[in-house]
This record gives sequence, structure tokens and C-alpha cells, in this order.
Amino acid sequence: MTVDFKHHQSAHCENGVASNLLINQGLQISEPMAFGLGSGLFYVYLPFVKVNHAPAISYRPLPGLIFNRLAKRLGLKVKRIKFSNRAKAQQVLEQKIAEGIPCGLQVGVFHLPYFPEEYRFHFNAHNLVVYGKEGDNFLVSDPVMETTTILTPNELERVRFAQGAFAPKGQIYYPVQLPQTVNWECAIYKAIKKTCRDMLAPVPIVGVKGMRMVARAIVKWPKKVGGPKANHYLAQMVRMQEEIGTGGGGFRFIYAAFLQEAGNKIGNTKLVELSKEMTEIGDSWRDFAVNAARVYKKRKNGDDVYVSLSKELMSLADREEQFFKKLKKAI
Amino acid sequence: MKESDVPQDKSSLKENDIKELCYAVNEKGEYVTALSSGWDTKTIVQEATLHQIEERILEAKQQVREGIYSPIVYFMELNRMDMQTLCAYVSMWKWRVKRHFRPSVYNRLNDKILQRYADAFGISVAELKAFTGKE
Repeated sequence: MTVDFKHHQSAHCENGVASNLLINQGLQISEPMAFGLGSGLFYVYLPFVKVNHAPAISYRPLPGLIFNRLAKRLGLKVKRIKFSNRAKAQQVLEQKIAEGIPCGLQVGVFHLPYFPEEYRFHFNAHNLVVYGKEGDNFLVSDPVMETTTILTPNELERVRFAQGAFAPKGQIYYPVQLPQTVNWECAIYKAIKKTCRDMLAPVPIVGVKGMRMVARAIVKWPKKVGGPKANHYLAQMVRMQEEIGTGGGGFRFIYAAFLQEAGNKIGNTKLVELSKEMTEIGDSWRDFAVNAARVYKKRKNGDDVYVSLSKELMSLADREEQFFKKLKKAI
Repeated sequence: MKESDVPQDKSSLKENDIKELCYAVNEKGEYVTALSSGWDTKTIVQEATLHQIEERILEAKQQVREGIYSPIVYFMELNRMDMQTLCAYVSMWKWRVKRHFRPSVYNRLNDKILQRYADAFGISVAELKAFTGKE
């Protein structure tokens, strides 16, 4: 049993799954559009949570939130089911495929056999689509891969019931009830408003304030935790920004692509203009990553390199503050 | 990022024949998708992470050999787990797992408990018991 399903590669798993699922249901929506409408751009610094033995920095909201917000703005419903029983989880999935519904699945990355070693961590908020079964094996469309793949039932069970933070608990989800018409203008404005509010939030660890807090912390790291650990923190920060399927520059390029598409769609030239500025900010994030990685590679560094990194991040925060204030006015 | 600037460096992705999707601007200023085979900056931080894991594994191995910790610590590091992840996989509380880190306590564990750890690490109980950190 196979469902007719077209696989599109994407930069980030959650937007990719959202976009793939909706396109297959007949609602044309690109990955940047799904990301933007889901208000996916975010920044949060959680110094008290350690990921890979370094303070957690996230460039996106909690897993699942992007798709939920997207669904809300488009006026469609998403059904989510979690399981405690493993056999039941598989049975329901098989049943949904038999009914011709491709399902989005939340899975853990560590046991995914087709991922390279360098990407396999206990990160449990990865998303993929199961769209069929061939013999015993499940047909899988993982949005970050170029082509579709297959997983054996055992492998699939293992990744669906990965444990730890954000344990997926075999979660499956699929859209039900698609809207007849979509009010794009309203959806886009609401989504942008939410992103502006997030990034300019008066909370010290969120948005541009979060960036400033990190910038201040970078200067203190070498004294507080020692050189090697400070460099490890920096390396993890760059990993979060560039590696975890962000499409480059901590999602800034996807967001710029969204602004361009949205601006053209609803005929708002201001958004198209601002898209260019976002691209420039994204480029500066890439430069920041290059400099931070260089500090790591050199190993022995004076205090001044941390100060200059901190300044770079401060200026990024300033630019983004200006940017989101302008964006708020543009809508 | 311009389309022509999308990095095509050597990386672990290239070895596995995987390409990553990026968003970049083409000559007309429109956003397009482009495939990247890897980026040196990313490779540096990835290697950094792997290097650190390697160090933690070696350190844990030595500690097991010297009898400071039980083999559970070694396999935890080998599987890139932290405390929280391990506790969730064996469904035990943190203080209990921590207690099992002590060789004197670990040596008295029954097979039922050891089986839970072995399952979490994807090995057999015999393999878990056989590990001494010496080879």
C-alpha cells in the first residue's frame, strides 16, 4: 500500500513536513511560506539548560509550534495522536496509510540509520513523513534528504519511541479539514506581527534581548569556565545556528525568502525591500559563525577575540531590533 | 547569501552523498533554493563536537579501568547520552542511576536491571558485564 506522495527536499524538518503534507493535500505552500506563517523565526537563550554540555540557544520555537500556528492561520485542523503502546502506534500508522493519509511523525535522530554519524545526537524533535509500506518496510520521506528512504518496522519503532527531552511518544499528525479559501493577507500580517512581538519581547532571554545577554556572556565565559570550555560553548552555538537544518544563518535566509514571497503575493513592496535587509543580516550571521569557528580552531586566544565576537553579536542584535521595528510598521 | 556563494566544501555530507538545501538570492534578486555539499565552518564545529565526545569516552574508559565508575558511565558516553536521556531510556530516577555509577553498587545489580541498561545501549548483558575498560 502506497499513497501517492511527492517528496520535496527542504532545509528544515518541521517546515518541510508541513509544506510537504499540505502540498500533497492540494494546498500549494512553499517551505519559506510555511516557516513564515508559522512564525518560525525566534531566538532564546537558556543558560540553565545544557545541551551537549553547553548552554542551550535555540533559533526556533518549541517543536510542533510552527505547524500548529501555521494551521491556525490557514484555518485548517491538525490531528495529533500520541501513544503509550508501541504495537498500537504501529497499527494506527498502518491504518492511516491504508486510508490513504500520509502522516507526519515526530522522531528521535540518534537511531536514524541513514543519517551520517556527525548528525546523530539525542535530539528528539525531528520530523518526517511516512507515506506507504512496501512489504514489511515503511516508505519514508525525510524532508532534509534529497530522496525518499525506507525504514524497517523495528527501526521506525526505535526512532518513534526515542527517550529523553521532547520524547516523541510515537506521535503522528496529519491535517484534517482543509480550508476552502485562504485569506493570505490576514494570515501573513498576523504571522509577521507575532514574529515581531517575539523578537522584540521584553524578556531578557528572548529575541534581541536574548542575543544581547549571550553577547555579554561570551566575554565572561573564558574567565568563568576556562578557555577550552568557552570555545566548546562557541562551537555549540555555531552548530545550533548553522547545522540543525536552519537553511543558513539561523533561519534568517528562509525568513527573507518568506518576506519576498509574501510581499509579492499580497503586493506589499515594503516587505520585498525588507527581505533584502534580512538577507544582509543573515550574511552577517554567517560571518559571525566564521569568526566564532576561527576562534575555536586557534584554541589559544586572548581576551580580545571574545570581546570582538561579543561586539559582533551586539551589533547583530541592534540591527535586528531596528529591522523588526521597521517590519512592524510595514504591515 | 548569493546563489554563487553557496558553499561547496568537503564535509561528512559529501562522503555520504547527501546534499543540504539552502536558500540564496540569484542574480535577479529572487530567492531560490540551492544544494550545498558542506561548509568548512560547519565542519570545524562538527569536528569540535566529535572531538569532545571522543575525549569524554576516553576519560570514562579510564575511570572504569581505575575502578572509579562502573561501565554504565562508559556506555552512556559512548552512546552520546547525558543523565536525563539515560534515565528516560532505563526509566529510573536520577539518584538511582547515579548510585549505579558506583562500582560497588553496580557489581551487585541483578540481570533484570542490567538488561534495562543493556537495552538502552543496544548491547547484550554479557557485553555489558564483560567490559572492564582494559582492552
